[in-house]
Amino acid sequence: MIRTSGLAAAGLACALCVAAIAGPTAAADTPKRGGILTFMIPADAPPSFDGHRETTFATVHSAAPFYSVLIRVNPEDPSSTTDFVCDLCTAMPTPTDDGKTYTFKIREGVKFHDGTPLTADDVAASWRAIIHPSEGVSSARESYYLMVDKVEAPDPTTVVFRLKFATGAFLPALADPFTWVYRKAILDKDPRWYEKNIMGSGPFKPADYEIGQSIKGVRNPDYYHVGQPYLDGFTAIYAPKQAVRVDAIRGDRAAGEFRGLPPSARDQLQHELGDKIVMQSSDWNCGNLITLNHQKKPFDDVRVRRALALAVDQWHGAPALAKIANVKTVGGVVFPGSPLAATRAELETLAGYWPDIEKSRAEAKRLLKEAGAEGLAFELLNRNIDQPYKFVGTWLIDEWSKIGLHVTQRVVPTGPWYEAMRSGSFDVVVEASCNSVVNPLLDVQKYLPRTVFSENYGNYDDQPEIDLYQKMLHETDGAKQRALMREFEKHVLDTQAHELVITYWNRIVPLRSYVKGWKIGPSHYVNQDLANVWLDQ
Amino acid sequence: MYRYSVNRALLVVPTLVGAAALVFVLMRLIPGDICMVRLGSGGASVDPRALAACHAELGLDRPLVLQFLDFVWGFFRLDFGISMWSSKPVAEEIAARLPISLEIAVMATVVAILIAIPLGTISALWQNSWIDHAVRTVAIAGIATPSFWLGIVSILAVLDVSHALFGAAWMPPIDYVPFWQDPLRNLSMVILPALTVGYRYSAVTMRMTRSAMLEVLREDYIRTARAKGLVERLIVNRHALKNALLPVVTLIGIEFAFLIGGLVVTEQVFNLNGVGRLFVLAVQNQDYTLTQALVMLTVAVFVFANLAVDLLYAWLDPRIRYG
Repeated sequence: MIRTSGLAAAGLACALCVAAIAGPTAAADTPKRGGILTFMIPADAPPSFDGHRETTFATVHSAAPFYSVLIRVNPEDPSSTTDFVCDLCTAMPTPTDDGKTYTFKIREGVKFHDGTPLTADDVAASWRAIIHPSEGVSSARESYYLMVDKVEAPDPTTVVFRLKFATGAFLPALADPFTWVYRKAILDKDPRWYEKNIMGSGPFKPADYEIGQSIKGVRNPDYYHVGQPYLDGFTAIYAPKQAVRVDAIRGDRAAGEFRGLPPSARDQLQHELGDKIVMQSSDWNCGNLITLNHQKKPFDDVRVRRALALAVDQWHGAPALAKIANVKTVGGVVFPGSPLAATRAELETLAGYWPDIEKSRAEAKRLLKEAGAEGLAFELLNRNIDQPYKFVGTWLIDEWSKIGLHVTQRVVPTGPWYEAMRSGSFDVVVEASCNSVVNPLLDVQKYLPRTVFSENYGNYDDQPEIDLYQKMLHETDGAKQRALMREFEKHVLDTQAHELVITYWNRIVPLRSYVKGWKIGPSHYVNQDLANVWLDQ
Repeated sequence: MYRYSVNRALLVVPTLVGAAALVFVLMRLIPGDICMVRLGSGGASVDPRALAACHAELGLDRPLVLQFLDFVWGFFRLDFGISMWSSKPVAEEIAARLPISLEIAVMATVVAILIAIPLGTISALWQNSWIDHAVRTVAIAGIATPSFWLGIVSILAVLDVSHALFGAAWMPPIDYVPFWQDPLRNLSMVILPALTVGYRYSAVTMRMTRSAMLEVLREDYIRTARAKGLVERLIVNRHALKNALLPVVTLIGIEFAFLIGGLVVTEQVFNLNGVGRLFVLAVQNQDYTLTQALVMLTVAVFVFANLAVDLLYAWLDPRIRYG
């Protein structure tokens, strides 16, 4: 085992987490205009086109090209976890009122696709619909904006967000790619109009939609980012089966997809297409969590929970798993590319990350013996999805067998999987946490007890953890926040071992080499408006 | 005949209600619900308020009895309601998918008939010869080979062969265009699935044709025809094949009805946006209304097809009566 210094490890982690393998593209490439991009959406048709309501990437990949947002992750640097730029605003604001007021100036001359002008009223109304939805209207991200008190539009070019407290979680949350700006007049008339209809101000205008088949867009000539979009249009084809997508890319029926393929498909395409395909890859802000049901004995005993963590050799397991599954980088509770993430040296102090696996497993066995749980047998609940759930589950069973545990795996479809977690009828479950824009302060809410965060299925109470989180959420000093995050991480993963974080996923996006301009980031929700994509044909 | 017809038609009602109750209960026995799948399937955390709003919006917070009565009442009025997943009318969802399923079913049936009837007849006429053995081998291979496997292999074969011949891999389009918009593109998309489904279909039909022909060829009236010196071609075409085709036609009808909603795997393999794929999607998403409608449609097709066959049999054979 090679040990590295903290600084070197941090550098290595950063290098690992955004390993954008750019192909033969070069910064000097001049975008060409024209052409229709055909790509696939690896899903069936989205339930609706309303970004405020939906959580699936199928909605974003289908409709993001039609909409504008207030701010966004920099499309030229989407791998950054801190680089946010204006889309509809004119400049990123400096907060006032001790960090509790953000004032955005809105671009003038922006038009919706129906020709009506887009004003601050539309921006504010859209945000109010997201943060404080009216009765009977669903907003999937209401809880992201717990810090927002009011959204105001004092004049046609100004939008003001007033916060209840200052927090570093606000700006990343504001850059969420689902927060499309809708027309206020339409929202006022029918708040659910956008579920079935599309009318935005983005780089493309909707041209055609075949239910469950495809969606098409054509260039918006009035788009406010001058010169963009480069494409004349796009066609997105819904293709849920991976074999179809791989064949379609190989046969050039589609230029690629933007979610991610597993390593086997990457290797196959690279073998068959050579330099005609470019693979971009990045760490994904998604990972599998192993949740232990504290209401089931012996998982109420922290010694047993720690033993389960200590048995897993992530440092050796990750590279091996990465050959067959879309996982790659070992991380803690924070996405590895974030400034708030733990370095390797910091991780190595936590249960489940010790560099000496023999020592770690010896400690695990000692803890099991002490807890009277030697040779423990239990069931691992898993979701019926290959990548990477079943790969991770199978690997874990093997890891746990090395400390004498007897684990069986029960794989169920998504509905029953959720139901088992919600009803607490499981011992240990393979979960996933898949987040959008990297926002550690909100992303780690998943680890909070159910009394605070309803989708935590560990069935535990932990007031010190909640207190620690609140302190961290309200802390605006970066260094102090980072120190608090380390405390929080140690508490969740080691001291209490509430959850196990398993290797972060690896996003591999295949694009035909003639597709240029698009850059990968750690989220498949982000950077999907296609404004900067062009075809070198 | 009149009493029989009325009695037989009245049996349709309890059959449909029973099927409706069964599908309603079975769907709700599956743990989980559509709102959790919809709000959290991407791995995102589910906002409890959004979950409650979703349940209220879809009526899942209402008593099950009311939900069932709504469903049955809607079914008998041919109002299948709104898809819980897409909020679109179920009829619209199905109508969008029906043309492609119908086209594949028709083409596969044509392929099956073109292969099965001649080969089945030849096989029977040359029973136990090498031709018969070859035809039976083809038929058994067709039954034993899953359509989806054949589909995957056929796509790969097209890709590899086109790559070898032209230096660039070619595959059929993956987005459907109706025949009247672009016949060539349409046919290039549906021909492979039609062939792969048609092959299995033809294998079953081929064996039925052979058996029926063998049976008919041993009938007295065939012997009489031969004794009268009728030419073999006329005996086979006019007397034997016509009679042997009765069970074959029944089989073709049943298989065709199955293909309308039964191409679940083939539609996935070829990325066909048909009724079978919609069925899978509806069940995966726990979209109760859509699944119920699709099941009831399938049930209705089979119930009414059986009714028609029973009535036809009663008309053809006066001995068939109740009591």
